[in-house]
Amino acid sequence: MMNVLTAKYDFSDKLLKVVLSGEIDHHSARALREEIDTKINSLMPEMLVLDLKNISFMDSSGLGLILGRYTKMKEHGGALKVINPAAGAARVLKLAAADKVIPIEWTEEKNQ
Amino acid sequence: MKKKVLNETDLSFPAKSVNESFARYAVSSFCAQLDPTIEELSDIRTAVSEAVTNAIIHGYKEDCNGIVYINVKVCEDRTLIIKVRDKGCGIADIQLAMTPLYSGDPSGERGGMGFSIMETFTDDLSVCSSIGKGTTVTMIKRLSD
Repeated sequence: MMNVLTAKYDFSDKLLKVVLSGEIDHHSARALREEIDTKINSLMPEMLVLDLKNISFMDSSGLGLILGRYTKMKEHGGALKVINPAAGAARVLKLAAADKVIPIEWTEEKNQ
Repeated sequence: MKKKVLNETDLSFPAKSVNESFARYAVSSFCAQLDPTIEELSDIRTAVSEAVTNAIIHGYKEDCNGIVYINVKVCEDRTLIIKVRDKGCGIADIQLAMTPLYSGDPSGERGGMGFSIMETFTDDLSVCSSIGKGTTVTMIKRLSD
């Protein structure tokens, strides 16, 4: 029922892709934030892509996580985009108008 | 107008962040008796998650000796009343706290959208708070027929 948040990383051509699965809330976001920041600091990507297709739940903590990484990437002169947000995550992003700041792309068919 | 209460439950747990997922699933499981849509269930989970996270982070400043109290009422006309209460520090300026993008957390890692999400994902939101005594967030959600 409750699924743990996990991240899979893929780095090539200065692009760091992070495929997230599970639920993003205040509890799970905290550990993930440190994990992603460690990757950013060591790999110094120019583009951070967050794939949210397997995110089954996201509240405003997820928004904080994404906006925080967006700021961090900009500070390094890099960029961030979100791809394939699942329905719930997409609603939260839209509500906060985060979709006006952060590019969101669908590279796969929406599964709903 | 007061609605007739058909069913009710209470739960309480320590203000540990690991309980955020427990809280939203416990409330949505209780609401399942009204056979809500997937979207309605998702709204309830998200709103409860925001309220409980606020209680833990802001009400109790992550002191897990604090207890978060939730009361859920299933009322006539497919209406749910969800109360999330803490006996924490209270909110000095409720209007400011409810301003979109305002965050009481200086780390900048919070979206400042908790109350906005609760407001959007429910039909009615009210906040009662008293400094040093705590905060009660009451959310009303009417489910489609």
